Amino acid sequence: MAIIEISCLEVWREISNFLDEEISTEMRERMEAHFKECAHCKAVLDGTRNVVGLVGDGKLFQMPEGFNKRLYKKIQGLP
Amino acid sequence: MPPHSQLHANEVELIKSICDGEREAFYELVQPYERMVYATAISVVKNPADAEEVAQEAVLKAFSNLSSFRAESKFSTWLLQITYNEAKMRLRKARSHLYESIDDPQPSEDADYWPKDFADWRPIPSELFERDEVRLAIQNATNSLSGIYREVFVLRDVQNLSTKETATILGISEGAVKIRLLRARLQMRDTLAPGIDGCWFNGQPYQKVRPW
Repeated sequence: MAIIEISCLEVWREISNFLDEEISTEMRERMEAHFKECAHCKAVLDGTRNVVGLVGDGKLFQMPEGFNKRLYKKIQGLP
Repeated sequence: MPPHSQLHANEVELIKSICDGEREAFYELVQPYERMVYATAISVVKNPADAEEVAQEAVLKAFSNLSSFRAESKFSTWLLQITYNEAKMRLRKARSHLYESIDDPQPSEDADYWPKDFADWRPIPSELFERDEVRLAIQNATNSLSGIYREVFVLRDVQNLSTKETATILGISEGAVKIRLLRARLQMRDTLAPGIDGCWFNGQPYQKVRPW
């Protein structure tokens, strides 16, 4: 079955769901076909995926030094 | 039993014993989520000192309300919900003396976002993240997002929570989480792409691509 073409704008609207694999198989196929043809959308996809990969390792917000000790103390001080 | 439900069962036990008076167990209960509490707080209040105070307040509040926790939701979701509300309250207080509106100006969520025109990124080596300037750039990019996008981005992508959990914590629909996450991710990519291009690698510069 032929894949129905999709516009760049439609691709951007779904790019986040595409990364999260929260789209229908049909939409996925249409988008994959689009990425093969459109360097711009492919760049947006790769860049966005990189962002998600970069921030997702839990190191972005380092707790201030002594954070856990101070929190523990607070809890100890509970009535 | 999968590890998740095992953890959940352990927590239910812990909570029961804390409610029965075994207070010392409370730190054991919250300790695994310290970082999440802190990150949730800082996603709203932005600065580390405020975030720490919010985190402490939230944890103390969780303790005093522990008997009202219902085990049908995850303890972490409940704790982060308290944290988020505490952070919002603090933000309101901090801004109450200002003339500006309490929340960030609400960007229109219906308008489409047009991603900037950068060519492809090479895969980013994870060592890159060890570099302070890179982490700082990402923090700055995160801080430059409007509040409603930053909150969703930090919960979903930084803390890897599910759409459902994020919706519960923020008190918004799952659809709204998805729309805001899309915008946040595209904006983050737009902000960070030039850095990956120019400063973080000594590679060849990115080419612009404009297919139409």
